[in-house]
Amino acid sequence: MLEFIKQPWPWYIAGPLIGLIVPLLLIAGNKVFGISSTLRQICAACFPADISFFKYNWKANSWNLFFAAGIILGAFFAVRFLNGGEAAAISSETQRTLGELGIHDLRGLLPLEIFSRERIFSVQGLIFMIIGGFLVGFGTRYAGGCTSGHSIMGIASLQWSSLLATCCFMLGGFLVSWFLLPYLLQL
Amino acid sequence: MRNFKYLIFGLLFGIILVKSQVMSWFRIQEMFWLQSFHMYGIIGSAIVTAMIAILLIKRFRIKALNGEPIVIPEKKFHWGNIYGGLLFGFGWALTGACPGPIFAQIGSGYLAAIVTLLSAIVGTWVYGLIRDKLPH
Repeated sequence: MLEFIKQPWPWYIAGPLIGLIVPLLLIAGNKVFGISSTLRQICAACFPADISFFKYNWKANSWNLFFAAGIILGAFFAVRFLNGGEAAAISSETQRTLGELGIHDLRGLLPLEIFSRERIFSVQGLIFMIIGGFLVGFGTRYAGGCTSGHSIMGIASLQWSSLLATCCFMLGGFLVSWFLLPYLLQL
Repeated sequence: MRNFKYLIFGLLFGIILVKSQVMSWFRIQEMFWLQSFHMYGIIGSAIVTAMIAILLIKRFRIKALNGEPIVIPEKKFHWGNIYGGLLFGFGWALTGACPGPIFAQIGSGYLAAIVTLLSAIVGTWVYGLIRDKLPH
């Protein structure tokens, strides 16, 4: 059993498990699955700056801060005890494409050629972490949700706006990965 | 500590995100380059599972443990679904992470992702600041 858990999990195990978090949260406390609202919570708790969007009773929703803290602990646990840090089992096609774009270190889950502490203040660090992170935070809040809130919770509860938002997530990702990434990785 | 259970749920979610490699930048590029079914299978089967669960909850009028009827808020269309959705898509491809996986990247030892998280918080804050001037 433990040996099985230590392998990378196939999609047909991981997907349904993620889906089950939706009823788990609903039944446990009438909570709606969605992670990006955590970012708003942090803003409201730490620097509301008299902005009306951050003036609400964030403490009433503090459950999602616990949930986010749990994700950090769970990820740590998975790497430490369940062999979670091993190289991503990506297809040979993806390995070849990455190599052509100049990413050769395929160990682990993120390319250290971009996401390492030494690279934070490089041009790529600026683009991939600082601008990329900004777009994630700005975009999800503007869109009213992220992959969890729109793509999973929203589509599963048959909301058209969530399906539309998800199509835009994918379109945005396609545009950057196909057309922009080759240039950004040469910088 | 009525919130403690959410820490445990988050912990389970974090383990899934790492063990299925959903929080891997490599996996996200593979998804956008259409080179594997893995991510599509995960998101698709998660949606189907959640959909069946929600249908059952509605059909049998299952209540939350505290006795309240379960409410799923409606997400009404606004133009932010499109503009914000595209902007998030750009960021998703760059960082290789949506908000949940950013926390998982940090937890799995990629401490540089703390920068991604801080930038995402700033992004959310700036949205709040200029919200009234944006088309919705």
